Amino acid sequence: MTHQPVDSEHAPHKRWVKSSHWIITLSFFALVFTGVEMIMVHPRFYWGEVGNDLTPVLFELPVSRNYQHGGWEKSVPFSEAAGAPVSAARTYDIFNQNGWGRSLHFLAGWFLLVPGLIYFIAGIFTGHFRKHLWPKEFSLKLFWNDIINHVRMQIPPATNGPQYGLLQKLSYVIVLFFLMPVIVMTGMTMSPAITAAYPFLLKIFFGAQSARTIHFFASTALVLFLIVHVVMVIKSGFKQQVRAMTIGK
Amino acid sequence: MEKKKIITRRKAIITGLTSIGGLFLAGCSKPLPPTYGNILRMGDNLTYVAHRALLPGQSLAKEYNYRDISSFPATGTTNPASFNEDYSRLQKNAFADWALPIEGSVSRPGSYSLADLQKFPSHTHITRHTCEEGWTAIGQWTGVPLSTILQSVGILPSARFINFYAYDGYIDSIDLLDAFHPQTMLAYGMNGRDLPVAHGAPVRVRVENQIGYKSMKYLQRIVVTDEFVDPGDSGWAWYTGI
Repeated sequence: MTHQPVDSEHAPHKRWVKSSHWIITLSFFALVFTGVEMIMVHPRFYWGEVGNDLTPVLFELPVSRNYQHGGWEKSVPFSEAAGAPVSAARTYDIFNQNGWGRSLHFLAGWFLLVPGLIYFIAGIFTGHFRKHLWPKEFSLKLFWNDIINHVRMQIPPATNGPQYGLLQKLSYVIVLFFLMPVIVMTGMTMSPAITAAYPFLLKIFFGAQSARTIHFFASTALVLFLIVHVVMVIKSGFKQQVRAMTIGK
Repeated sequence: MEKKKIITRRKAIITGLTSIGGLFLAGCSKPLPPTYGNILRMGDNLTYVAHRALLPGQSLAKEYNYRDISSFPATGTTNPASFNEDYSRLQKNAFADWALPIEGSVSRPGSYSLADLQKFPSHTHITRHTCEEGWTAIGQWTGVPLSTILQSVGILPSARFINFYAYDGYIDSIDLLDAFHPQTMLAYGMNGRDLPVAHGAPVRVRVENQIGYKSMKYLQRIVVTDEFVDPGDSGWAWYTGI
């Protein structure tokens, strides 16, 4: 084996990039799986601090038997005042697997948070973000050409390393510096202990239920990214790409 | 030649592992709930230890205005009288015969009637209830801070956990940090009235820094213990600050 000097034009993926990529991939699958389970328990979404079966809904997903189940006793107002808030007892045995769903979600969350933080720190200090992810040669013309190429499904072949196209860089930047921080922080905004310590979270996401709704949309965006990502990997040479991201040197 | 880095990878890994070790050490000096060899319960304990190590202690949950009070579903047990005769008898007499024994690691064990609890200075706050199912509701709670009662019975220095037993059969516990949290209380009033049966009459717990199911309804007995009392794996996380 000869050691050739590698310039950043042909550098392979770094080991810390590969490990964090796959740990976070596994954690992401667990998070999506349990996230869907939790939506099935309460498929209603709201805006603001408050939302429950007795308050107005933003939208409701028809994803489980809990959808519009209607199993409530007659509402009892808390006071005689007109439009007073009400209470009602639930008579319907809802679908609820949150016992393991929640615990698995939070366990998987650790496997996103810790490797994610290590990845961010390494990305900054090794210059990975600056060298490989930041679209420094950005121009509208290049941007447009890259869109046209993607529409025509003319995907450049695998480079076996972090030499990314313009749209590819932009989508990675959006995922890493926007969707990931938003999904982690909105997740934390649903935690009573964390919001007690850091109430600004409730302010920036407009309340606990808004945070839940934003969390849902951010996760949907991440799932869409994953689908496009896998399609692009297949289009640019699946075997070669997977090798480059695992055992390839 | 590669320039010598100030922080080598090996150094960074060793420093990282040492600090994580420190986190677990802090966890081991306190009793933790059992994991039953279940990886999910290990994750719950990691979250518990991390919250206790990283979050500032005794932060107050956000309090709301009177006009923020919202509609509030009653879920879980909504009337233990349907299966518990003792509760049914107490309910028929408007809970005049209800009394809450507080025993265990305390120097003055006693039993407190509703009137006894109402003689202590009352505490009222309006907070958001977060249910594990995903919904939230805002309500006003009136009661006596749990810390007041624990001081009244003379909690012993060896005590570590407060165990709650309820008329609907639920058993649960909280640690002393949550027990002495200024917002943790034994609530007998909701939205300016007596606590309704559907919401846990005559007295329920309010633990504002955790998920709703830690705020147990229909209190029957409180036991202060030095060790974690294992009620068996319910399949649900014991610590639910998240």
